Amino acid sequence: MQDPAITPDLIEAHGLKENEYAEILRLLNREPTFTELGIFSAMWNEHCSYKSSKKWLRTLPTTGPQVICGPGENAGVVDIGDGQAVVFKMESHNHPSYIEPYQGAATGVGGILRDVFTMGARPIAAMNSLSFGEPAHHKTRQLVHGVVEGVGGYGNCFGVPTVGGEVRFHAAYNGNCLVNAFAAGLADADKIFYSAASGVGMPVVYLGAKTGRDGVGGATMASAEFDETIEEKRPTVQVGDPFTEKRLMEATLELMQTGAVISIQDMGAAGLTCSAVEMGDKGGLGVRLDLEKVPCREENMTAYEMMLSESQERMLMVLRPEKEAEAKAVFDKWDLDFAIVGETLPEDRFLIQLNGETKADLPLKALSGTAPEYDRPWEPTPEAEPLADVPEIDPIDGLKALLASPNYSSKQWVYEQYDSQVMADTNRGPGLGSGIIRVHGTDKALAFTSDVTPRYVRANPVEGGKQAVAEAYRNLTAVGARPLATTDNLNFGNPEKPEIMGQFVGAIQGIGEACSALDMPIVSGNVSLYNETDGQGILPTPTIGAVGLIDHIDNIIGKDVREGHVALLLGETTGHLGQSALLAEVFNREDGDAPHVDLEAEKRHGDFIRENREYIIACTDLSDGGLALAAFELAEAAGVGLVLDAGDMGTLFGEDQGRYLIACNFDQAEALIVAAGHAGVPLDSVGRFVGDTVRLGGSSAPLEELSAVYRGSFADLFA
Amino acid sequence: MRAAVIVFPGSNCDRDMATALTAAGLDVTMVWHKDTDLPAGLDLVALPGGFSFGDYLRCGAIAANSPICRSVKAHAERGGFVLGVCNGFQILTETGLLPGALLRNAGLKYICRTTPLSVATTDSVYTSAYEKGAQISIPIAHHDGNYTADADTVARLQGEDRVAFTYAENPNGSMSDIAGVLSANRRVLGMMPHPERAADERHGGTDGAPFFAHLTQALSDA
Repeated sequence: MQDPAITPDLIEAHGLKENEYAEILRLLNREPTFTELGIFSAMWNEHCSYKSSKKWLRTLPTTGPQVICGPGENAGVVDIGDGQAVVFKMESHNHPSYIEPYQGAATGVGGILRDVFTMGARPIAAMNSLSFGEPAHHKTRQLVHGVVEGVGGYGNCFGVPTVGGEVRFHAAYNGNCLVNAFAAGLADADKIFYSAASGVGMPVVYLGAKTGRDGVGGATMASAEFDETIEEKRPTVQVGDPFTEKRLMEATLELMQTGAVISIQDMGAAGLTCSAVEMGDKGGLGVRLDLEKVPCREENMTAYEMMLSESQERMLMVLRPEKEAEAKAVFDKWDLDFAIVGETLPEDRFLIQLNGETKADLPLKALSGTAPEYDRPWEPTPEAEPLADVPEIDPIDGLKALLASPNYSSKQWVYEQYDSQVMADTNRGPGLGSGIIRVHGTDKALAFTSDVTPRYVRANPVEGGKQAVAEAYRNLTAVGARPLATTDNLNFGNPEKPEIMGQFVGAIQGIGEACSALDMPIVSGNVSLYNETDGQGILPTPTIGAVGLIDHIDNIIGKDVREGHVALLLGETTGHLGQSALLAEVFNREDGDAPHVDLEAEKRHGDFIRENREYIIACTDLSDGGLALAAFELAEAAGVGLVLDAGDMGTLFGEDQGRYLIACNFDQAEALIVAAGHAGVPLDSVGRFVGDTVRLGGSSAPLEELSAVYRGSFADLFA
Repeated sequence: MRAAVIVFPGSNCDRDMATALTAAGLDVTMVWHKDTDLPAGLDLVALPGGFSFGDYLRCGAIAANSPICRSVKAHAERGGFVLGVCNGFQILTETGLLPGALLRNAGLKYICRTTPLSVATTDSVYTSAYEKGAQISIPIAHHDGNYTADADTVARLQGEDRVAFTYAENPNGSMSDIAGVLSANRRVLGMMPHPERAADERHGGTDGAPFFAHLTQALSDA
């Protein structure tokens, strides 16, 4: 087959800007071949090169004594003591999920699991943060069903417990849903595998499933805005096979035990191209690939297609030649393909041959290390208008409105479609705060949470960025965990617009400040830009995934509220209603500033919880919906009624930060109040867990009635 | 007492099953699906949950035809004990060791939740630790757990006291709320719920613990 001629249309179709093509001509001193053009397009798109975000990502805190490996590898690695490490990352699969929700979400889960086991870790927990358009929008129902089934279909079969996540709805996601998948794995701290190749003439080995035409050009698609031609992009979505992924994981982990692996890289976005370049670039080596040796699922695949295919469940590895037979035996056992497809080269060269014919011959470093980088113009987000008057309403009506909203109702309908207990180490599954997994065979446990409040980030990117991290810190703290580290999944609109870039810059600043102050360095992450349709951007959504350590499983703070327990509120309440859930759900308003985050107070309050754990029976953080929603959730989970003394909107529904609700008996409450006095943290009794009604100030309703709304409204909308 | 846990390439509850059996005092060997023979001197074979061969076809259909399943069948036919949980139950119906079939859940969705079960018979090594009619909370996690058989078979199972567990709140459309059934010699049990996920108070509760705790004794008495 004749390769097409390189025309301006073809260059544009590859998403390469004029200046970028000029740079290619300068580097090569000649016109690129069709395959080379495809390779440049794959490596230089936003998704793979982080060209708009790199400058700002560098400002994030990424180190600490607990960090074994920060950003730049497949996933971050954090020490959890006793020679063990937790390996984790969060990654988006937004664009594919909008086009083909089941497969898009499924392969998003597959991709993140692969990132984790590529490092030598067995996945032990998954979460996913999902953002959809308005429930009434014609696409939403289909997306919710497809995405949730896709997440479940992949994770359930693979066999990883899904223990947490978020589901939100907002008109700003009507044209772009967000699917952010998190996975964490467990490894021995001294047996982590990296992607840097070493040694010249070492065999480059292809592992896993065969290569097909699925996903050709996927990474380039994920870096473009959507318009009405979106349905035409369906062929660029990959198809997932969790059964093969499960075998690939087992085979990879088994192979690592044999000592055969020098370096390893999963094939994710831009498949063979990206993985080979990464291994060569990190190892300061070149790579030659002989494409006729690549196991293919379809006939007559061209070099271009093979280099850009995003077929799933594949790995690339540099192998110790003397271990080849042993390595092949492992893959034969699991009935997976194993093929030597090339070798490492001493020089800076990426040489692609097909049946002896050279299809691409490029300087390897230029594809990755010297990929374009932009300092995009940005405008700081203007200060939010002050909050207009908020009318008083019956507080029970306010609570009911929140419970009836798919944003704050129970997500049981969603999370019951995910296996949250496989591996039989789940201490706490989804539904309330952090998920908790016991570290198998030990008394330690790990807590997982994912958080962001996009309304806040839009109103005030810096404070909103801080808040996402602070909420994650609180969710980990509320179960008694010590927050360890963070992964960030930054979803924004078109970075070529200065106001969008301004949101990005502001959020990064806030996230960085909070991660430093709360000692939760960023160890991995992912950026998803161009989440726009017909020029309308999403709410800025920097999802924060975080992991905390619980030294002994018996020290977990539970949720066993009992009749007669006192409700204590830790933290300062000013009644901040700007950008609150109440405002959005009851009054359909999103005005005012986001609540500001006092990071020193966050730290103090978190430490107070951990230091006084013995007096705390149950605990939850306060976030959207304020005191009223947090107290209701705790009471409802335990099936006990609730009395909150205050009746005003600000106290009940205000979203001031740095706060927790604690349930304990009277003696414990006394001890806590004394301790709080010594520690200088505000702690007040705000009510009791008692009876079978929920009373907010002067207004009340039966718990059973509210519980039915809370448990039923999501399924009523979507089932 | 010696047990084998069969490992198919897509099994994902094999470790969980081995952990629960080991904690109950059994000596557990993992057996790979390509093996043709079971270790000698086995008291129990366990078929764990998961997606044995991806279950893209009928769940358990390929596993039922794997080399090791011939040996599992022979073990059962010799009067050996076999426990199949979730995918293991599906495989047992596909091998014909247990009657009936597990269809897609009536609601068409995968369901993972802890659900109340009634102990329908205490006449088996697996259920003798419970009181008849006792209600226990055991997790389920499946897409295809809708137990179906012809009316005669269901009547026979009930008449011969071979229904081991029933759902107190039927989650998946199973006929007569059946959650687990026994073979005619009462030595093969297939059940959709996962007792191995409810064997430790720190994760999932302890209502599954008696299931395993009495197994060692019951097997040696049998």
